[in-house]
Amino acid sequence: MPVPKKRTSRSRRGMRRSHHALRAPAAAACPECGSPVAPHRVCPACGKYKGKQIIGQEEA
Amino acid sequence: MRHLTRKHTFGRPTGHRVAMLRNMITSLLEYERIVTTLAKAKEARRFADRMITLGKKGTLAQRRRALSFIRSKGVTHKLFTTLAERYKERNGGYTRIFKLGSRMGDAAPMAVLELVDRDPAAAPKKRKKRVPAAEQQPAQQAAAAQ
Repeated sequence: MPVPKKRTSRSRRGMRRSHHALRAPAAAACPECGSPVAPHRVCPACGKYKGKQIIGQEEA
Repeated sequence: MRHLTRKHTFGRPTGHRVAMLRNMITSLLEYERIVTTLAKAKEARRFADRMITLGKKGTLAQRRRALSFIRSKGVTHKLFTTLAERYKERNGGYTRIFKLGSRMGDAAPMAVLELVDRDPAAAPKKRKKRVPAAEQQPAQQAAAAQ
């Protein structure tokens, strides 16, 4: 059965992982309530989009 | 040739898919707004526009054609009266999609599909949450005190 001949060096391992970085999801502050929202999405906290109430009712 | 013919099949056989779309369109025209997945919303709006176009033409043949897709005579009547009147001046683009983010469970992107210039009164009445009697008393007193 084929097996690696040599242990991968720290350098090689690091080079392989140089492309593994994760990127933070894009987020903007909701203009209505200030909570973070994904772009072009209805705000999950207050249910508003472009100043209009899309879903749910406002908290009392 | 069917080159460039876009078709979403949703992993369903034709009958299942068409049945689903008919249910969705019937609900959309009745309640004027539905919450569904983004892909389904995008596909459903084509049929919604088609139905409203039929409604605006208004002949008996168009009415029968609409009724062969829409599952309710009442909704078809609404389409040929209220909605036909409302969209008389609008040439297509009768629906609007709002993106909602991912659904819990399968992370499907969700969306609201609604009729442009929708009538909020057409939305289904929200059922009030039942509050146990013991909790109801202090809440009412607090409301009365204010």
